[in-house]
Amino acid sequence: MGAESILKQRSIFASLRTWLGFARFPYIAMTVLGLVLVAAFFGSWISPHSANEIDLAMRLTPPAWLDGGSSAHILGTDNLGRDILSRLIAGARVSVTIAAYAIILSGALGTFLGMAAGYFGGWIDAIISRLIDIQMSVPSIPLAMLFVAVLSPGEAMVVFIIVLSYWTWYARIVRGEVLSLRERDYIALAKVAGVSTPVIFIRHLWPNVLNTLLVLATLQFGSVIVFEAGLSFLGLGIQPPDVSWGGMLSDGRNYIEVAWWLITMPGFAIMMACLASNIVGDWLRDTLDPRLKQS
Amino acid sequence: MARYLFSRLWQGLIAILGAVLIVFIAQRLAGDPLALLLPMDASEADFEALRVELGLDQPLLVQFFRFLQSVLVGDFGYSYQWQTPALDLILDRLPATLELAVAGLLFAIVLAIPLGVFSALYQDSWVDRVAKVFAMLGQAIPSFWIGLLLILFFAVTLNWLPAYGRGNLSHLVLPAIALGWYPVAAMTRTLRSAMLDILQSDYIRMARSVGLSERAIIWKYALRNAAVPLATMIGVYFANMLGGAFVVEVVFAWPGVGRTVVEAVFNRDFPVVQAGVILSAVVFVLVNLLVDLSYGLIDPRIRHGR
Repeated sequence: MGAESILKQRSIFASLRTWLGFARFPYIAMTVLGLVLVAAFFGSWISPHSANEIDLAMRLTPPAWLDGGSSAHILGTDNLGRDILSRLIAGARVSVTIAAYAIILSGALGTFLGMAAGYFGGWIDAIISRLIDIQMSVPSIPLAMLFVAVLSPGEAMVVFIIVLSYWTWYARIVRGEVLSLRERDYIALAKVAGVSTPVIFIRHLWPNVLNTLLVLATLQFGSVIVFEAGLSFLGLGIQPPDVSWGGMLSDGRNYIEVAWWLITMPGFAIMMACLASNIVGDWLRDTLDPRLKQS
Repeated sequence: MARYLFSRLWQGLIAILGAVLIVFIAQRLAGDPLALLLPMDASEADFEALRVELGLDQPLLVQFFRFLQSVLVGDFGYSYQWQTPALDLILDRLPATLELAVAGLLFAIVLAIPLGVFSALYQDSWVDRVAKVFAMLGQAIPSFWIGLLLILFFAVTLNWLPAYGRGNLSHLVLPAIALGWYPVAAMTRTLRSAMLDILQSDYIRMARSVGLSERAIIWKYALRNAAVPLATMIGVYFANMLGGAFVVEVVFAWPGVGRTVVEAVFNRDFPVVQAGVILSAVVFVLVNLLVDLSYGLIDPRIRHGR
């Protein structure tokens, strides 16, 4: 009996377990993540309506499969008659853009500081480690509020706040890795051979932490999306007329008694994006670096 | 132990100083406070007088120490909006936030202990799978969405529980679930792997061989040791929940610190924001400190190891 036929015989629970246990390539999660990325990059081409197109005649139209639904608005409309699906697509662009900037910047900052702390040790390590401690002892939501209170909210602000709260993760993990790499013979040899410090960083340390960074970045993609949605939900993140999933939830709150789809759809999008990136991240970790596998 | 205590206290102090420094920097980023305080047609002399009066003509370092000094005596200035001392306003709301965080923590523990124990005992059973689903969903569903769904289901549709505000115990249920939802996942996984390790250990085998009941072995001997890593997490999560409460409070109109600070942000009530941020950093550091110190009580190996 070939593997194909065994695959087909698996019970629904077995497939669920496979899906949850990341035993193989995570097709579903990859597809979801792919959809989010397609929506983010090609949103303006596939979006059925303009995200901010107001149509008061169609306000609070339920999703197409319910009584009173309209096929023109598959997921329904909000209190101003704006198409939910189009807004979700527009929100994907904002979420993905912010997550990309935030992850690249916090990854770069954290990696650099983590490498420096781990490699040089001594007072450099002491200062950077203390900075990490300080940063981690200030809860990030209140910190965000502080900066929004003094500066103006918006995409750049959200990226700034995320970088400020997330760089410590990269720094701590990279520092730990470099601490052990530093003791390896090939690094000692490179030093003896007179290889300059920047070259050691780029040629010998960087490739060794790259896998870890990739895994961490994928796992953080979901967490950053949730964080951004939280800020926007509080009104401290993305500001109208820019569309964000968190902002949609916040708008929908006021209509919770008459239009359940206003709060379920954007929340579902946030959950799926985060779930997918967690699953893909776990799979990447197991594939790239079995040492990191969770117990 | 004394040396450990001292180094942890020192670390906590540095962290709080750091938080104060961040607040100070944010304050300076806000631009010239004089422009906000003085009328549009104020003369250059008025500016100069106020600058001297507020100490803004001093070097930044001096200004920072002055700020630190006022923070230390709890003087954050008066709320622009309420005309009461900013710190009092925040301290007033602190019990509500603590109440919510404790309730959320209790919910998480009450759910995580059976889930963790049973998923370790019956690996790959349906309990284990449910726990796994919880773990995945718990991390992916933001607390504010869970909160809204709970309101939609239990308050709007079923009309069982109140959706907003603080009052009797029934008001506490939904926000506590929304806040406690996230740590359940991680706690369950931690407890599960700790239980799996411990159930393999010699002393459990010993207990089995002398014929102790399975119930006593699991709930008395195994769980007590498996709970050590859980206990260390509880502190960290409690501290995080105080931050998470900021969002949940807004969802449920819970009159706590978070909601007050969010309102203050919208009203540009900067003294209140400052007081809220510094106070939450202090509570965060204190809780973590207490947790670290309590390890020694839970696990004597740590006490002697240091």
